[in-house]
Amino acid sequence: MATIYVDDRPCRVDPQQNLLHVCLSLGFNLPYFCWHPALGSVGACRQCAVKLFRDAHDRRGKLVMACMTPVADGARISLADPDALAFRAGIIEGMMHNHPHDCPVCDEGGECHLQDMTVMTGHDYRRYSFPKRTFRNQYLGPLVNHEMNRCIQCYRCVRFYREYAGGRDFNVFGIRNLVYFGRYQDGVLENEFAGNLDEVCPTGVFTDATHKRHYTRKWDLQFAPSICIHCGVGCNLSPGERYGLLRRIVNRYHQDLNSYFLCDRGRYGYEFVNSESRLRQARLGIAAGKWQSLAAQPAAAWLGKLLAAGDVIGIGSPRASLEANYALRLAVGPRRFFAGVSDVELRLLRLAADLLRRQPAPTLREMESADAVLVLGEDVTNTAPRMALSLRQAVRQQPLAELEPLKIPVWLDHAAREAAQERRGPFYIATPAATRLDDIAAETWHAAPGELARLGFAVARVLDESAPAVADLPPPVQALAGRIAAALSSARRPLVVSGLACRSAALLEASANIALALRRSRQDHARLAIAVPEANSLGLALLDPRPLSEAAGAEALIVLENDLYRRASASWVDELLAGERRLIALDCLEHPTTRRASLVLPAAAWSEDEGTFVNYEGRAQRYFAACPPPGEIQSSWRWLRDAMREAGREAAAGWQSLDDLLAGLARDLPALAPVLNAAPPADFRMAGARIPRQPHRYSGRTAILANLDVSEPPPPPDPDSPLAYSMEGNPDQPPAALLPFAWAPGWNSYQAWNKFQEEIYGPLRGGNPGVLLLAPEPRPAGDFFRNVPPPLAGRDGEWLLLPLYHIFGSEMLSRYAPAIRQLSPAPYLALSAADAGSLGLHAGENVALWLDGRAITLSLKIRPDLPPGCAGVPAGLEALPALELPAWSRIERGHG
Amino acid sequence: MLSADERREIEAEIPRYPQRQAACIDALKIVQRRRGWISDESLRDIAELLGMTLDELDAVATFYNLIYRHPVGRHVILLCNSVSCWIVGYSRLREHLRRRLGIDFGETTPDRRFTLLPIVCLGACDHAPVLMIDQDLHRDLDPAGLERVLESYR
Ligand code: SF4
Ligand code: SF4
Ligand code: FES
Ligand code: FES
Repeated sequence: MATIYVDDRPCRVDPQQNLLHVCLSLGFNLPYFCWHPALGSVGACRQCAVKLFRDAHDRRGKLVMACMTPVADGARISLADPDALAFRAGIIEGMMHNHPHDCPVCDEGGECHLQDMTVMTGHDYRRYSFPKRTFRNQYLGPLVNHEMNRCIQCYRCVRFYREYAGGRDFNVFGIRNLVYFGRYQDGVLENEFAGNLDEVCPTGVFTDATHKRHYTRKWDLQFAPSICIHCGVGCNLSPGERYGLLRRIVNRYHQDLNSYFLCDRGRYGYEFVNSESRLRQARLGIAAGKWQSLAAQPAAAWLGKLLAAGDVIGIGSPRASLEANYALRLAVGPRRFFAGVSDVELRLLRLAADLLRRQPAPTLREMESADAVLVLGEDVTNTAPRMALSLRQAVRQQPLAELEPLKIPVWLDHAAREAAQERRGPFYIATPAATRLDDIAAETWHAAPGELARLGFAVARVLDESAPAVADLPPPVQALAGRIAAALSSARRPLVVSGLACRSAALLEASANIALALRRSRQDHARLAIAVPEANSLGLALLDPRPLSEAAGAEALIVLENDLYRRASASWVDELLAGERRLIALDCLEHPTTRRASLVLPAAAWSEDEGTFVNYEGRAQRYFAACPPPGEIQSSWRWLRDAMREAGREAAAGWQSLDDLLAGLARDLPALAPVLNAAPPADFRMAGARIPRQPHRYSGRTAILANLDVSEPPPPPDPDSPLAYSMEGNPDQPPAALLPFAWAPGWNSYQAWNKFQEEIYGPLRGGNPGVLLLAPEPRPAGDFFRNVPPPLAGRDGEWLLLPLYHIFGSEMLSRYAPAIRQLSPAPYLALSAADAGSLGLHAGENVALWLDGRAITLSLKIRPDLPPGCAGVPAGLEALPALELPAWSRIERGHG
Repeated sequence: MLSADERREIEAEIPRYPQRQAACIDALKIVQRRRGWISDESLRDIAELLGMTLDELDAVATFYNLIYRHPVGRHVILLCNSVSCWIVGYSRLREHLRRRLGIDFGETTPDRRFTLLPIVCLGACDHAPVLMIDQDLHRDLDPAGLERVLESYR
């Protein structure tokens, strides 16, 4: 630690940092624009000026940019110096020359860093009375809105989009006071992280285009601490609600995971909650396609009667909370509780959990600091998007290490990037097809999943003689394995990334072998990350469900938050549901399974619900409701509790709150007991008070329901959390797991996260939320996996059909969000040019894909990156039947 | 489409830099020298040749005020309006051009003979006011002198 004097006050600070970083860490209000905690310093805006003095006697000092000045032990600076104050006010005044002063109609208003900084510097009167420059705005797609006139030229957007996120379809154009940030021409921003521009831009140039359609000011939104439901990464976010409508999602800082950035699926997928397809009323099927709505009590009684009769099985869900899955497991009994995923997927999830018990997964922050990476089999950008953004940073590690002799600190961003030029650390990608990280890879290799696994096994073998050998490996693949092994073994923090996308156990085993080989050669920082498909995939697996294929035979079947037609072939599901069997579906959205149900129970959407998701690290994280579920809708676990109560089941009948359920879960499954610590319980209070979900400026409280009743109703009760549906409560910083939104006096924008961290870009005060459920066992040796798959034997006239993932389209819930739907691909069949040629087929033509004796007609797309003998279809699209892929298929010229 | 000559000249620049893209300024100049300006089509061709996106190349092209992204006349008049020339009355020259040619900054005569653009200090302050036409510097100008100078550009 170093000591610096800030306005004569001695302060202990990090000697590796710059003055702005440490001043903010100390809690000082020092204005800035171009600096960003994750993007570092470039000194572009000149807003962070402070006085730096030679010594204690120097009273004149000189102005320096705090963000560009390294901490020096004993340094004396002043924030309050009149010259510094005047300079900072002048900078704002200059920036505001061209600003349209349109805050009242700007979506950023009320949470704008430019507003905050303007107020902070005291610039309150406009002297400039000349024409302003005006720009034409661009259409940037359905997610991001563009209003260039508000730009203050801080350059954060280009730095994030191009340098941090790797996007190449966005830039800065022109010169002087005509600098323009946008695209070459109008069009959808291609980068999967473009939505972060909403938060990266300190003004209202880039704002949330979906929010615009149902806009509400930040101070009028009711927030919750929440966890993303759209993949298995577990990003933390703040959904905001008003008038019963979910209005938007913003990032909620988590040091280990999303930090300041989300992917666009997570940011914009939320609109499924407002979808027309929401189920709002319990209903009973009385004849084919005929329904009768039911009040809550008789609906629960109906299900209770079935439960009492006993012959009921339950199918859980990887997108339902641990609590809801547990409630179902309890209702039907553990032997009658089945996984709501395919058998292959369940097996892989169990394997992933076992591997986590050997060695903890890296956090996203740790992935960023990996100095050699192998991605084996996973199209990370499309399956675990935010993870890809972290992996992209990893290639900077080696060049950054080379900066040490140059004495360039890492935070001095452009100096560091200039020094590194195009040099990148070793990054290898071996996947079935091209991925959106290929541009940073030293080498890519495309092959069928089994071949990829063989490569992985070969890498492990090069690293460790005792790992199994791979027979008949072609020399070029062996050579590639050698290069990958060399890169990993000479790294300090090597990382292997795999996942479930290929549905291949061999791939996971090969990845695990590499990680094990590295650790056996004393690379203690070697890490293995396995991307899992859904928000609670691991949570479901930890409840030890039986394989889906064994579900059969019972009188009645409860399906929890799941569309079985996405999980198994239609013929299998039809057979499962055939005869007189009763199907009870609990879900928030209408889908083919709810359409077939005898009884539908409307479940709370995740933003109206509270529960726990277990992410790819095995981290249990609690999410809370932004608003109570409307009308008759309630949490799935409450429906199940009500039914169990009707059936006279003691254990669940008494559950009044989520905590009651969790206590039961912890008793029943002691291995999962740490989940109790994912967040403080509902009776947690701060100085006797609850934590408000609403900002203290929340307006219209007394008027909102005045059309119904002039006296203001009490806020809805919340037995499940220590949060209140109110602006009243304790205003202090709650534990991080309970933090609904970031606001601090003078800091209305997202930059307020500064005020909640122990140190800038460090942990939130009180520690990062979530608990790891799969602590490695004390002696984490483990053996090498020995089942090396044989080389792929091609089949005459058949293609190995692979799933191709799409960030927009492959995930079910977000498909119900109009903006995401708009960006989802139409169904297609992909073939390499050579394979299409061998069939005499051309792009755009209709082709018939034969699977299990049935043909599907699809339009042909040429993907030059597909390996020979392989074909691909977009994963998860509702327009395609659920396919257990990879699978062998025949392809023919289609009709029409 | 780039001509064979243009392509050859650009390719010759590429090896002088560690990365292909770094030759983009040369490439823009090469094409502009032959065609007078950089059209969207030229931009596309150069970007493709150098492995850049249009966004990347146009960011460079629009940064430099002497790369023209609009068609210009046969001769480009660069009139200095920086401090020294401003003090000694560049505005009289500007006024003269406006009267004689009917164009102001950013405009081209209908016969495409001249385009008038402002420029920062040409480094000839001791002979202010100055202007450049194409590659030629003209110093110590007054309206009469300017009139004579214009004559030599047809
Ligand atoms: S658009 Fe926003 S982020 Fe980009 S330079 Fe302008 S103010 Fe900064
Ligand atoms: S990476 Fe996954 S968890 Fe994170 S925001 Fe995107 S979809 Fe949500
Ligand atoms: S924040 Fe320091 S110069 Fe912009
Ligand atoms: S100011 Fe015109 S040449 Fe220097």
